[in-house]
Amino acid sequence: MITISDLTLSFDSDRGRTIVLKDFHLDIADGEFIAIVGASGVGKSTLLRVVAGLVRPTSGTVKRDNPERPGRRPYAMVFQDARLLPWRRVVKNVEFGLEGLGLTAEEKRRRAMEALALVGLADKADRWPHQLSGGQRQRVAIARALAVDPDLLMMDEPFGALDAITRQSLQDELIDLWQRTGKTILFVTHDIEEAVYLADRVVLLAGSPAGVRSADRINSVRPRQRDDEAARHTVAEIRTRLYDYVEQGEGI
Amino acid sequence: MKQANKAERLLLAITGVVLFLGLWEALPRYGFVKPMLLPPPSEIPATFWREVQSGAWLSAVQESLKHYVTGLVLGSFLGVALGVLTGMSRVLEDMTNWVVRLLRPIPGLAWVPFAIIWFGVSPAAANFIIIIGVFWINYFAALGAVQAVDRDLIELANAFGHRSPIARLFKVVLPASIQPIMSGLRTGLGQAWMAVVAAELFGVAGLGQRMMQASSLLATDVVVVYMITMAVLYGIVDTSFVLVRDRLLAWKA
Repeated sequence: MITISDLTLSFDSDRGRTIVLKDFHLDIADGEFIAIVGASGVGKSTLLRVVAGLVRPTSGTVKRDNPERPGRRPYAMVFQDARLLPWRRVVKNVEFGLEGLGLTAEEKRRRAMEALALVGLADKADRWPHQLSGGQRQRVAIARALAVDPDLLMMDEPFGALDAITRQSLQDELIDLWQRTGKTILFVTHDIEEAVYLADRVVLLAGSPAGVRSADRINSVRPRQRDDEAARHTVAEIRTRLYDYVEQGEGI
Repeated sequence: MKQANKAERLLLAITGVVLFLGLWEALPRYGFVKPMLLPPPSEIPATFWREVQSGAWLSAVQESLKHYVTGLVLGSFLGVALGVLTGMSRVLEDMTNWVVRLLRPIPGLAWVPFAIIWFGVSPAAANFIIIIGVFWINYFAALGAVQAVDRDLIELANAFGHRSPIARLFKVVLPASIQPIMSGLRTGLGQAWMAVVAAELFGVAGLGQRMMQASSLLATDVVVVYMITMAVLYGIVDTSFVLVRDRLLAWKA
């Protein structure tokens, strides 16, 4: 269980104080898949960065009740751009997060290869990143995150830069991975269809300062249909709410 | 088609060299210039052999290479190290900003008086001049390279637990800036050669000094031997460097 409580983040600049997030609260159950949707610029990515400890919140806490375990990292991140290190071969990119954890070279290699196998790229281990397609690069980024065996896997619009066909197949692969590994996932996207298709719960982040405006539980059984009637209905509802906030001039 | 093109270009290159040597040979041989002012290339091999046999050539090359390697290694290391450090530290950058602006425009050769006052006419003086010549190139190459490292990659390092300055340096900053740093090093290879000759022209033993001696005796053929020696030595150093660099940058493709 991960509890994000009363998270507030503000920046001070010449023009005064900007409050980006205010009193954000979210409980994430172990193994849950949560999607956060919202207009671009509303602070979704910033929220992930706060949870990942990359940005220090003005107030509020992120608590995990999982014990620390050696050889793992509590959080892992998949960015919109795959962000592979071009000077490392694929398998060394996957080992990136495993370094500094006191693992032997063999352990690192074994775990990296397992993660690569999970995303179906074990045969590309010795390639350079530039030799891969965009979709393959993003799968390597997912493998890199899975390799550290995180309590929470955070994904920041991970499929936003891919073409529609690659995006759909990666969405299905992600669900498959999630079901096999039992990871807890916090998935940020501006694509409401994607959120409703993937997640157990869809959280709408809107307003200025931004906060949780709604949280819809998606109960349809998996494997889900993309053009499911109920899903379309939920998407429309969330979209209406989102537009309301945007129209009030608060959302952008 | 492509193959023919390649052969054609090789042929043109050879023609160019032959024309160049022919013109050079013709000028003194047909009396357009005195052979003393421009020795014909056909005389050079014999002169070269004489220099080798007297032992002058080998000792000059050895001395010069000693200065070159010492000055180059120290100057490059200091330049890259300080450049990287300054690039990673805001405080250091602000602190050095004006000092650097003051010192940078002073050409390496302007330090010759101080080099001689501090170290005398000695290998140390030559090393000092070479170090200064190489330092700034590498300092600015490294500084610029480190400052240009993609912030997203730093964020990636943070996200995967590499947050200490040392981890950041070795996991992201250095590999990400290796290419421009290598360009700086390579420019330094040439710059250091020039500094070697300049430093030795003031009397420190080596190729430069031997050229100076020869020119004062109007032994222009000897001067040419050493000019060619320098060109060949530099060519070897530069080619080896490119080979090493291409191995290091294999991921670029």
